[in-house]
Amino acid sequence: MPNMSQTKVPIPEQDPKVRARNFEEVTLGYTKEMALEEASRCLNCKNMPCVSGCPVGVQIPVFIKKITENDFEGAYNVIHATSSLPAVCGRVCPQERQCESKCVRGIKGEPVGIGRLERFAADTHMVQDNTVIEKPVSNGHKVAVVGAGPSGLTCAGDLARLGYEVTVFEALHKAGGVLMYGIPEFRLPKDIVQKEVENLKNLGVTIMTNMVIGKVLSIDELMADGFEAVFVGSGAGLPRFMGIEGEALVGVCSANEYLTRINLMKGYKEGYDTPVLKSKAVAVVGGGNVAMDAARSALRMGAEHVYIVYRRSMEEMPARREEVHHAKEEGVEFLNLNNPVKLLGDENGRVRAAVLQRMELGEPDASGRRSPVPVEGSEYELAVDTVIMAIGTSPNPLIRTTTEGLEANKRGCLVVDESMHTTKEGVYAGGDAVTGAATVILAMGAGKSAAKSIDEYLKQKA
Amino acid sequence: MFQILEKKELNPNVTRMVFEAPFIAKKAKAGQFVIFRVDEEGERVPLTIADADAEKGTITLIFQIVGRSTMKLNALNAGDAISDLVGPLGLATEIPEGAKKICVIGGGVGCAIAYPQAKAAHLAGLEVDVIAGFRNKDIVILEDEFRKVCDELILCTDDGSYGVKGFVTNALEERIQAGCQYDCVIAIGPIPMMKFVSEVTRKYGIKTIVSLNPIMVDGTGMCGGCRVTVGGKIRYACVEGPDFDGHEVDFDELMHRNGVFKEREAECRMMKLADKA
Ligand SMILES: Cc1cc2nc3c(=O)[nH]c(=O)nc-3n(C[C@H](O)[C@H](O)[C@H](O)COP(=O)(O)OP(=O)(O)OC[C@H]3O[C@@H](n4cnc5c(N)ncnc54)[C@H](O)[C@@H]3O)c2cc1C
Ligand SMILES: Cc1cc2nc3c(=O)[nH]c(=O)nc-3n(C[C@H](O)[C@H](O)[C@H](O)COP(=O)(O)OP(=O)(O)OC[C@H]3O[C@@H](n4cnc5c(N)ncnc54)[C@H](O)[C@@H]3O)c2cc1C
Ligand code: FES
Repeated sequence: MPNMSQTKVPIPEQDPKVRARNFEEVTLGYTKEMALEEASRCLNCKNMPCVSGCPVGVQIPVFIKKITENDFEGAYNVIHATSSLPAVCGRVCPQERQCESKCVRGIKGEPVGIGRLERFAADTHMVQDNTVIEKPVSNGHKVAVVGAGPSGLTCAGDLARLGYEVTVFEALHKAGGVLMYGIPEFRLPKDIVQKEVENLKNLGVTIMTNMVIGKVLSIDELMADGFEAVFVGSGAGLPRFMGIEGEALVGVCSANEYLTRINLMKGYKEGYDTPVLKSKAVAVVGGGNVAMDAARSALRMGAEHVYIVYRRSMEEMPARREEVHHAKEEGVEFLNLNNPVKLLGDENGRVRAAVLQRMELGEPDASGRRSPVPVEGSEYELAVDTVIMAIGTSPNPLIRTTTEGLEANKRGCLVVDESMHTTKEGVYAGGDAVTGAATVILAMGAGKSAAKSIDEYLKQKA
Repeated sequence: MFQILEKKELNPNVTRMVFEAPFIAKKAKAGQFVIFRVDEEGERVPLTIADADAEKGTITLIFQIVGRSTMKLNALNAGDAISDLVGPLGLATEIPEGAKKICVIGGGVGCAIAYPQAKAAHLAGLEVDVIAGFRNKDIVILEDEFRKVCDELILCTDDGSYGVKGFVTNALEERIQAGCQYDCVIAIGPIPMMKFVSEVTRKYGIKTIVSLNPIMVDGTGMCGGCRVTVGGKIRYACVEGPDFDGHEVDFDELMHRNGVFKEREAECRMMKLADKA
């Protein structure tokens, strides 16, 4: 008999007041009892509507059934059959727009906590895991992967399991991509990411950090060097600025810079050399996950006031619901329907205020969202000493400008066909480099399909 | 890990180190730089590639000891290793097509960055004059190296303790007025120096290249911290520079921006001094 409770089993969390000042993980995860109770809310629908909401088709009711049967390792294996990063996706997927949005239980009450259960299965596996990963027998073929984000790591892992000799080239000094430099520790502990990277190494994948492809080696040179295929998973890391007056003032930075200093460089920790802005009042411009992460990090760095400045309303915010909810609980102040038009500086060139203009919602635009229209004469000053821009990123031009034959579209995204093959023979691409800034699960899925295509391509060539 | 093969003190505040870095050595061109990180706790800090030997697989860095990271690097010796070295980053210096005679100006440790440029121009068959400026005799660096790669070397010191007394801008203006026809001036040094050189050359309509040193993190275009305003537009110095047209750079803005972590840096220096005492 299913558990007919209309609400999810609450997940233990750190107290908002306490956690707003530390970098430890916010949500603590289900205990076994909680997981069993939540899993029993699943109706095990025959047509599995939830699965249609999952970009990689995780067999959701099947793994949840395993949990109800106390077979946690079995549950993990079901997820792992289609997803390489369960512990990551359980924490960062926008479930409310994917699997959980299709859950029948959501019609009357809350959907099943699929993300929470996925995390439970993955974490339980990780604690108990003592299987020794063995390096598969090599098939003698070499494949290069550019970029060690979720797309590149997934592609590398799948190819290594098939016997390919894979080398991952990463520009930064640590593998993980956005999972290391962007998403903060309090949302995704870095140990989890590094565990995944370790697993790859055990599979025989070579990871070369500090290698900026396009600079130290070109893709053509990789191919001349004996790599028979290349996967480009270089992400969409180039930050946008607004182009308004005052953006060059001291105290104005991109969310990427702010978050990199904190996450990758561990600037928040005693003993690490990288400085981070010390702020009293911070305006974060934007309404996505990146904006929420920057705002919540600023609180943890000691800011007294942190504002989210977003030109649309609460409903249009693209961030995960949970992040918005957590940010509010922690004391982030939301200035929706506001847009900066100018930043003002003091005599030392430091930002002292943002001039904001109020907006109202007009007609829906092409994306179906109601577009914001400025309210004339509504400008006012918001006193801040830091402004963080989180208004989007685009793919870095470095690779496409140094690789002949690699085509990109108007937005700078690499062009691929349905097999993830680019316009250059033997070169595949996926993740944010192809889609523009998207999600971890899509990047992972793209890495998986590219691995499959590369395998087919190389088998056919042989 | 990247091993230090040689270390030499050029003056009490400037050190030269040779690193084993075969991939970088193969590709490095004059004007490009690397980013280093001493250890797990270290910051990512940019330094120009002062020299590279593709055959031996080595690169040379010359750095001034100014704060925490350069002190940490300077505390290491030949045989030690640092955890990260990435490059070559940035674009190589482009001397304007058809230039025959150029003047390379270095100020202080900026000479370390100017040296590879003078060398590259010299090897390309151009006539190269070098004006190198220092505060005083004790901190003069790279004199012999410069002599080998230029037609004329003018050494200036602020106090006249060595070479000509005065600033590099005076020396430059004198030469121009004496009839030297420069097709291009490359100026590298403290921001005020580059600003004033650019003002001199603007008067004479001489194309001027400056090498900017904004604060960087990744060096690949990912953070935007290195952005500078050139000709009214935002440019990322790590991927579109570090060289820019000196007549278009907003030097005052760069000066402000480089001061962003001043307090924290001063703190670090105090702590290091206290450690030593
Ligand atoms: C702050 C932040 C929060 C986010 N929150 C969420 C979330 O909650 N949920 C979610 O699903 N998604 C989230 N995202 C989006 C998600 O992280 C990305 O969609 C995903 O990481 C893309 O994966 P990728 O493998 O394509 O690229 P990336 O993760 O960007 O990795 C690309 C890697 O390639 C490297 N690289 C780039 N150029 C080169 C080169 N020339 N040579 C060598 N290496 C190179 C980069 O250094 C990087 O390590 C967030 C993004 C950010 C920035
Ligand atoms: C492209 C480029 C090439 C350079 N080449 C050389 C060189 O060949 N030799 C040399 O001596 N110096 C060079 N510099 C300057 C050098 O990077 C700084 O002196 C160094 O970062 C100081 O770090 P610190 O921790 O020792 O000192 P700190 O006390 O931290 O800083 C001293 C000053 O250095 C600058 N600085 C600090 N951190 C950074 C950073 N992460 N990135 C850039 N600047 C920073 C700031 O203006 C600061 O005020 C170069 C800078 C750039 C951008
Ligand atoms: S250093 Fe980060 S973009 Fe240039």
